[in-house]
Amino acid sequence: MTDIRKDFPGVQALKGVSFNVNAGEVHGLVGENGAGKSTLIKILMGAYSKDAGTIDIEGKEVEIHNPVQAKSHGLAAVYQDVMLARHLSVGENFFLGKLPRSPLGLIDWKKVHQVAGETLRELDLSIDSRILVRHLSPAHQEMVTIAKAVYEESKLIVFDEPTALLTNEQVAELFRLIRKLKEKNVGIIYISHRMEEIFSICDRVTILKDGEWVDTLRVSETDQDAIITRMVGRSIGEMYSIHHQERREKVLEVRGLTREPRFRNVDFDLYQGEILGFFGLVGAGRTEILRCVFGADSSDSGEIRIRGRPATIHSPRQGIRAGIGLLPENRKTAGLAMSLGVDINVNLASYDLISRAGFVNLHQEASRARRFVSDLTIRTPSIKQKMRNLSGGNQQKVVVAKWLSRNSAIFIFDEPTVGVDVGAKVEIFKLIEALLAKGNAIILVSSYLPEVMGLADRMIVVYEGRVTGTPRRGEFEEEKILRLASGIVDIGNGGKP
Amino acid sequence: MSGVNRGSHGWLSKVVKFFRTGFAEGILILILLAFFVILSFTSPSFLTLNNLSNLVRQVAIIGVVAIGMTIVIISAGIDLSVGSIVGFSNVLVAVLMTHAVPILPSILIALAAGAALGVLNGVLIHDGRVPPFIATLGMMTAVRGLLMLISDARMIAGLPRPFLKFAQIDILWMPSLFFVWLVVIVLSMVMTTLTRFGRNVFALGSNPEAARLSGINVRATVYGVYAFSALASSIAGILYTSRLANGIPTAGEGYELDAIAAAVVGGASLMGGEGTILGTVLGALIIATLRNGGNLLGINPFILQIAIGVLIVAAVLIDQLNKREDA
Repeated sequence: MTDIRKDFPGVQALKGVSFNVNAGEVHGLVGENGAGKSTLIKILMGAYSKDAGTIDIEGKEVEIHNPVQAKSHGLAAVYQDVMLARHLSVGENFFLGKLPRSPLGLIDWKKVHQVAGETLRELDLSIDSRILVRHLSPAHQEMVTIAKAVYEESKLIVFDEPTALLTNEQVAELFRLIRKLKEKNVGIIYISHRMEEIFSICDRVTILKDGEWVDTLRVSETDQDAIITRMVGRSIGEMYSIHHQERREKVLEVRGLTREPRFRNVDFDLYQGEILGFFGLVGAGRTEILRCVFGADSSDSGEIRIRGRPATIHSPRQGIRAGIGLLPENRKTAGLAMSLGVDINVNLASYDLISRAGFVNLHQEASRARRFVSDLTIRTPSIKQKMRNLSGGNQQKVVVAKWLSRNSAIFIFDEPTVGVDVGAKVEIFKLIEALLAKGNAIILVSSYLPEVMGLADRMIVVYEGRVTGTPRRGEFEEEKILRLASGIVDIGNGGKP
Repeated sequence: MSGVNRGSHGWLSKVVKFFRTGFAEGILILILLAFFVILSFTSPSFLTLNNLSNLVRQVAIIGVVAIGMTIVIISAGIDLSVGSIVGFSNVLVAVLMTHAVPILPSILIALAAGAALGVLNGVLIHDGRVPPFIATLGMMTAVRGLLMLISDARMIAGLPRPFLKFAQIDILWMPSLFFVWLVVIVLSMVMTTLTRFGRNVFALGSNPEAARLSGINVRATVYGVYAFSALASSIAGILYTSRLANGIPTAGEGYELDAIAAAVVGGASLMGGEGTILGTVLGALIIATLRNGGNLLGINPFILQIAIGVLIVAAVLIDQLNKREDA
């Protein structure tokens, strides 16, 4: 791709970016949100048309105006939201729209599963082509998408944040698959926010910033710091450096919390001024435990005490009254009303506080929204702006504002940095730091260990619905924590500090 | 991916941008004004007090129903039972009055009974987890049966004179029905823009899970939405009785579709979380003016029907192009 330019109304998204990928090469593409990665890929895949510049494939200039053309040139993409027909079988997905027919004009099922099965075996994937896609884990769905691209003899496959939903083991499996693709001389563009992945899988990496090409580096000749500095002008060491607080009184006490079959007998305490990390592999039950504490799901048994007093929390309303705010993992589906304005979302949990006799105090609604927009430096043209037009980092800030404005004292952050770029991550960490300084207590749920290790004062490690360890800051050792999270050792002191 | 290829319809995106820049209802007002200007030149009888008050009388009843529907649509629901509830309250109020119940109690009982049916819709949808389309489809069918049973499928005549007179009187040259509609419009505008309930309805329609996790009482909101819609339909049914001087078992048939059409032309999104009362009012007026003007000009009513169908789809099409531009 040479000198690609693209303007959107009001912004120049790409200011002449050039970029090339060799056959059999994994080429990383990094940059903050808004740097132009997605726009570049969308132009390549025919979803947008470029304003200027050329695209050459195997030395020949090509025109790509729509996804069909992109496909005919051997280009394929694997997005984090898997694009498969969920209610059809794996084999059918391979042949979507062009199922082979037998001489009688009926679908030649034998051939469907034979071809799909061969491709899957070739890639060492143990997936039955007869199974329905919706019965597969997200990881396996992704593998199927990749296998389909291989079957279609794609020359270049784009991976856009492919590991967002995967566990460490699944990531390893994905990387094995990518290495196999390399052997087949397929070119790969790999987009990720996770530096570790760039370093373990890529050959070269291109950095974009504000729609401009910054640098293309050989991975073997650079390090994380160099890349991050080029991306944001900030080094990695500073990222997790937040100011910790002395821990003060106990605000939350959880004893024997059980919700079968997801988790049982969970005990833990939370103190004012601390960050309590919840770490575990995907599916270990971390999110489920905290949803119960908040009241989003109800527990089978167990006791919750808030500041020493027993609390009944069976609904989000009761959780909110107890001073808990939940920032859910998927802010688009569970945290925000995307078609409504910033002002309504900031106040979403507080309308009982700013209404009288059922009437909303419009003045307070607007002034509170304005205050939090400026306090949290939420970038939006106006408080009436619809949420869906804000960037991921700014959306996350609005969710924080929602609970800050409700005067919550306990903030549960569930995977707050999934899908946000380095710059926005740092802003979220600063936000957590500010919340701590105000005397709040923070629970941080993450499946990204460096993040929990970098931020938490104490950690609760969960494995298959049980607490397997509660190391403190200073005792954090990556290997030991991973063992706890895999259920290999069990110190099991019941979560007491 | 259906051609999100910007280059190929540049002119279209310009048109769309024009639609977006003003406030959304601006374009509807322009369309309505254009209709008025064209019709007053082409038909001498259009811009007469007689015709306009006739137009308003026609639109007022369905206009009230459409406002209830709008609230339901904003909450990401749908209410197919509105037409049957119009018929139900029409027949019920007539039966009560012909059985010597005084006018005011008759009206109040009909309103309460209608609203109760709405709450039942809410219970089915929230507690029974029946999709709104199915719950209200069942309600539509069952209530129509119920009112046929009550009325013996016959017209009910002999209603008290003062009750019938209500729909005939004019205030400031405008029919009284118009003022009832106006009151409903104003009250529901207040409800959607100024009250906590209004905020809850929008939040629920935009993202039910986020609404629940923000502590919004989802049950009360769903009940309220369907009760409001049914109450609006009951009001419409009583106006209908007064206007046509009879309890008519087929009253309100097909109203659900007219009400949805008005809301959708007015910019409400069936995906929920979007819609305004003013938009629906304008939508209802545009459709009614099209019908009325078409009749005056002697246009084949079937052609008019085609035009209204095109209008409904065009309104949503423009909305979709709008969103695509956003993405």
